[in-house]
Amino acid sequence: MSSNKKYWKSVEELNENSSIVETLKQNEFVTEIPTDEFLGDKDTLEATSTTRRDFLKYVGFSTAAASLAACEGPVKKSIPYVVQPTEIIPGVANYYATTIADGFDFASVLVKTREGRPIKIENNTLAATNGSANARVNASVLGLYDSLRVQGPKKEGAAISWSNFDAETTKALNNVKGSGKSIVLLTQSYASPSTKNLIAEFKEAYGNVNHVVYDAISEFAAVEAFQNKYNTRGLADYDFSKAMTIVSVGADFLGDWQGGGFDAGYSKNRIPDHGKMSRHIQFESNMSLTGANADKRVPVTPNQQKLALAKLYSLVTGNNVSVKGLPEHVEAAVKSAAVQLKKAGSNGVVVTGIQDVNAQTVALELNEYLASKAFNSKVVIKTKEGNDKDVAQLVADMKAGKVGAIIMSGVNPLYTLPNAADFAEGLKKTQLSIAFSMKEDETSSQTQYLAAAPHYLESWGDVEIKTGHYSLTQPTIRPLFDTRQFQDALLKWTNNDTTYSDYIKSTWNTNILAGGSYNKALHDGFFVNVIAEEVVESSDAEEATEAPASNAAQALVASAKAQGLELSLYTKTGMGDGQQANNPWLQEFPDPITRTSWDNYLTVSKADAAEIGLINRHVANGALNGSYANVTVNGVTITAPVIIQPGQANGSVGLSFGYGRTAGLKEEMQTGVNAYALYHNFNNVQNVTIEPASGEHEFASVQLHNTLMGRGDIIKETTLEIFNTKDKKHWNAVPVVSLNHEETPVTSPEVDLWDEFDRSIGHHFNLSIDLNACTGCGACVIACHAENNVPVVGKSEVRRSRDMHWLRIDRYYSSEESFAGDNEKKDNISGLGSSLSEFGEMEHASENPEVAFQPVMCQHCNHAPCETVCPVAATSHGRQGQNHMAYNRCVGTRYCANNCPYKVRRFNWFLYNGNDEFDYHMNDDLGRMVLNPDVVVRSRGVMEKCSMCIQMTQKTVLDAKRDGRVIKDGEFQTACSAACSSGAMVFGDINDKDSKVAKLKEDNRMYHLLEHVGTKPNVQYHTKVRNTTEA
Amino acid sequence: MRKVIHRKLSKNFLRLGLIVLLAFTSSLSAQEGDPAKGKSLFNANCAACHQLDKKMTGPALRHIETRLSDEEGLDRDWIYAWVRNSSGLIKSGDAYANKVYNEFGGAAMTAFPQLSDDDLNNILAYTAEEKKAAPAPAAGAAPVQAASSSDGISNELILGALAILFILLALGLYLVNKTLRRFAAAQNLELETETGRTPLWKAFVQNQFLMIVVAIFFLLTSAYFAFGFMMQVGVDQGYQPVQPIHFSHKIHAGDNGIDCKYCHSSARVSKTSGIPSLNVCMNCHKSIYEYNGETTPEYSKEFYDGEIKKLYKAAGWSDEDQKYTGESQPVKWVRIHNLPDFAYFNHSQHVTVAGVECQTCHGPVQEMEEVYQYAPLTMGWCINCHRDTDVNVKDNAYYEKIHAELSKKYGVENLTAAQMGGLECGKCHY
Repeated sequence: MSSNKKYWKSVEELNENSSIVETLKQNEFVTEIPTDEFLGDKDTLEATSTTRRDFLKYVGFSTAAASLAACEGPVKKSIPYVVQPTEIIPGVANYYATTIADGFDFASVLVKTREGRPIKIENNTLAATNGSANARVNASVLGLYDSLRVQGPKKEGAAISWSNFDAETTKALNNVKGSGKSIVLLTQSYASPSTKNLIAEFKEAYGNVNHVVYDAISEFAAVEAFQNKYNTRGLADYDFSKAMTIVSVGADFLGDWQGGGFDAGYSKNRIPDHGKMSRHIQFESNMSLTGANADKRVPVTPNQQKLALAKLYSLVTGNNVSVKGLPEHVEAAVKSAAVQLKKAGSNGVVVTGIQDVNAQTVALELNEYLASKAFNSKVVIKTKEGNDKDVAQLVADMKAGKVGAIIMSGVNPLYTLPNAADFAEGLKKTQLSIAFSMKEDETSSQTQYLAAAPHYLESWGDVEIKTGHYSLTQPTIRPLFDTRQFQDALLKWTNNDTTYSDYIKSTWNTNILAGGSYNKALHDGFFVNVIAEEVVESSDAEEATEAPASNAAQALVASAKAQGLELSLYTKTGMGDGQQANNPWLQEFPDPITRTSWDNYLTVSKADAAEIGLINRHVANGALNGSYANVTVNGVTITAPVIIQPGQANGSVGLSFGYGRTAGLKEEMQTGVNAYALYHNFNNVQNVTIEPASGEHEFASVQLHNTLMGRGDIIKETTLEIFNTKDKKHWNAVPVVSLNHEETPVTSPEVDLWDEFDRSIGHHFNLSIDLNACTGCGACVIACHAENNVPVVGKSEVRRSRDMHWLRIDRYYSSEESFAGDNEKKDNISGLGSSLSEFGEMEHASENPEVAFQPVMCQHCNHAPCETVCPVAATSHGRQGQNHMAYNRCVGTRYCANNCPYKVRRFNWFLYNGNDEFDYHMNDDLGRMVLNPDVVVRSRGVMEKCSMCIQMTQKTVLDAKRDGRVIKDGEFQTACSAACSSGAMVFGDINDKDSKVAKLKEDNRMYHLLEHVGTKPNVQYHTKVRNTTEA
Repeated sequence: MRKVIHRKLSKNFLRLGLIVLLAFTSSLSAQEGDPAKGKSLFNANCAACHQLDKKMTGPALRHIETRLSDEEGLDRDWIYAWVRNSSGLIKSGDAYANKVYNEFGGAAMTAFPQLSDDDLNNILAYTAEEKKAAPAPAAGAAPVQAASSSDGISNELILGALAILFILLALGLYLVNKTLRRFAAAQNLELETETGRTPLWKAFVQNQFLMIVVAIFFLLTSAYFAFGFMMQVGVDQGYQPVQPIHFSHKIHAGDNGIDCKYCHSSARVSKTSGIPSLNVCMNCHKSIYEYNGETTPEYSKEFYDGEIKKLYKAAGWSDEDQKYTGESQPVKWVRIHNLPDFAYFNHSQHVTVAGVECQTCHGPVQEMEEVYQYAPLTMGWCINCHRDTDVNVKDNAYYEKIHAELSKKYGVENLTAAQMGGLECGKCHY
């Protein structure tokens, strides 16, 4: 065994006597078929007039009728183009490079289109500008086919034509211009050079124009700090691949911190190379994705974070800042972090997520002091333009009636503003209000004019994500509806007849390209200005080593005042700022940490929960219920369900943004509570009082689904020290069995029940997953959804363990403090007294657990247990290593799922498409446009599972056959491996000895899941190594 | 009907005579030139833009010389100059040249400096020929049809007569039997009645063994037929729906020998063979506005011309103005070959990689007036072919290694698609 750690997925599992855990271990399908329910009701049964004979008659008749009806095939129409566009060949996908810039997510992407329909978002591997497509960006394609999109411009709720819209709004704008009141443009962060020019032209034309940029989730403090220090508006860029020691104080940089997209760089140094890997220390209150990946995670309240950062500053720079009030263990941790940072020197980096100018300044100064290689203040991130002061001023002005006209684009202030009521009041006082929106959302339904806006896949645009790094947005489909983008409207209002696409082209040709080809930039989707890059290179050489002033740190200490419970508002990997709340993929996407879908919730530490009287409990089928709590901030109270979160710092609670929307959403998607109401002064940390409220919330949490079945070594992990010093046997031993009283590895053919199948010829696909590089971001989960037409089943079905994710990312907690102890204790438990002491121990365990993520999909076993039990041979093995599933052959016995040790098979309990009992994308014509035509949509009563994207491998093979060439390494991809930007997932052909995946298979860290079962999977895992070396 | 044809025939004979006469006289009036050579030259050089009787990209050319000399007073030299260098003529300010140039939307005619005077004379001789009457429907066809219809009548007659005959026979027998019985009664003859012996059917019913055998036999046969019936469900072999435009593959692929992949081009690169879009049709049908091939009574020239008109309507092409109106209506073809959703089939794999002829699966399309589903498209049918067909590995680097290794393993010279893995479920079902 790699370690004797006890792994657990849920707090419930720490309770040794839990009958639920026992049930879940034994039963694949927890819910019984409710025969008792409909046969047990004797009265109704007897009262019915239908006799058994009648019943049989009906059955016979309907069967006969059905089979007769089936004899006549439907007539299918096939309608070719009148004029086929030259670039479209039916059945062949086209790819377009474009850029998403929705104000929250900015990424260069590649859009796969089929017959003119965008169906999938992929990484634009050419563009190395900023990270890659995260889960939300992957899911954004579904927003294009949202059935609730506004289909044309509206005035006061009634449809209006664009020509009338132009005439009326232009007149109204001119009236406002004459009246002397101001015209306000309230927009998202566009970071767009062309839009900037356009707005300048608009200002010129209308005079008293005020452009306010509003980011729903503010990074204003960081931007201010950066501007104060460097006189540039923007955010410092970090390249974590250049950092060997990372200290983060409350920065969820693997999540959405300062624009996100840092995970690829981070993961590069997480893979032990020549005995070295980066060391990551995280101080945080909520358990974040970043904290989960840290080597050492110190749970501290937001207030303590400030102190910890100041202390760190004082220890590293030697500037004496007196810091009091830090708990002893935190202080020790800070000291140790400081020592490590100093040792690392320029290989170290400090980041912070504290929304405080002083804190951000301290972080900048620390990095300057360290001359951190990972820190770049020359090439700055420009995607956070929001200005909180302007927004606050605007609301005040509106209330005072100073604003004559407001034009909004890409923002939804009535949902995202904490003082939305004030804004609504002000809105009534403006003469003209226009909202550019794709939906009739909270704001656009309250404005005079709703200008229907296109989806980004239907729009033009340009973005300067970082200094000198330009990206282009181009339409990948004709606008589905009668929409117009904000910039085109600005052109109209300024009497400019050019289209926005031409406008961008001329802006680029004159200002940006410096002689480069516009067509090439459009083709690639981005353009990097080399001159700007060079400036950076040269200025990088000079190092700023002067000791910084300690004013900021002192101010920081002064600002830290402990006051009861502190609430940290955060964004979830799935929902972000809530723009895509009507996206069923994202709603059903389980949060990487809590594994809960379809909800947001108050995360509370176990100790605090006990104190306040909040509980979580599992009902009989394993589903999670939680109490409600009244959360009060500044007199605003909302009632949120509670999840007890291991690792949550005592004295702190967390609540995520993005939920609780009510307008422009299908009823099913109106989930959670609106945390923006508590986002007072755009500060993500608030003092809060919490009281238990009545009632119990039903969560759709998958954390207890598909449990370990008591097999602990599904995750293998070790420490860097052991990894470097000891033999593989110690930390990644192959299980052995006794053969003739000799220990024989289970992988050797002598102990195998089955004859080996010859896979040495042709392709033999393997998927390699490195647990060290995997950050648990979940982009692969959504990519898998999109590629394989995986249905969305809804909250109540997820709650019944019927989630359909082919690829799940298991999150395991393990107890940091007692490695071997837990196991021993577990075995020795007896009697009440013992179990009580046990309880105390376990509570301790959940205080600060270590976290491991493990993506699990069908393991494509060479000796697959599912294949042998299928009575109809619907699942069979292919020579290329894939376990095939013939849906049309499956009769739905579910034996395969029962016999699968990895619990990766998913059963279609219902018809999830074209079924009016469900209301997700597969149930309306528009939403179905996103379906991948190369993968069949499964019907009811059929088992399904990961196919290792056989449609993609087959396509690669066919392309090579058609060209008559040999396939190169890297050509084979699956949806998940292609979506994985951190390099955790590598796919390829192990019969190609030079391939990356073949080399990974020989790696010492390689192991297979549950190797002792002897299934010989084609998915490899790489043992997680933690860098626990202090100093 | 016959009369009508005769009337038409006689009219046509008259017309033909007149044409011959006229042609003769006109060829006399023309300067020496060979219409036959002219025709081939015309088809090679002019036909892309000109027709004899119809305005196309360029004007109609029948009697162009006489028309020019009569209406514009231009002689043959002008024609020479125009053909060899029309743009030069336009630039020179020639009034008529400019008029024509503007009339046809400013499209300059390609210059043909390579055409000699003789060539042009030949072409002009060809254009000076009188219009031939449309070929009458093959004269032989009508009588054949008449005969076939009379055949039908005679068949019915014979059947009717036979029926009457049988009825008479039965009646006769009954009468004879009745008479004989009367005689027997009259003569007090006792008719033998079988007594004491159990009738055959009763003996049969009483024999349990026989009953069981028969029951098993019946059960097996009914199961056999039931199975056969069930297996036919969803198999649409021979499915021949009526299409919105009567597109004859026989004329296109058969008579004119157009390659399948000329129109179904995506079969080479895509999973679908692709129904050609209307612009592909219009590539040829801009100039082919009428059908001049063989006709049958069922499908006359008018019928085919009407179908071409349907195409024009769908594509939004105005034949009179020779331009697109912009009002198009996509054609809603009825899909013939319907594979179920759960079966993945890729044309390019079979057409390009394996080099399978289209006819292998689609049958003799070049002989089909209306296409029908030739193959059953069942899984058994697929599998059988995969078992029998060798993989086409020639000049394909992809197959080199795998084929060498696999054929060695199986001890065969050529691998079948099945041995290559073509029977694995997941290759077609995902």
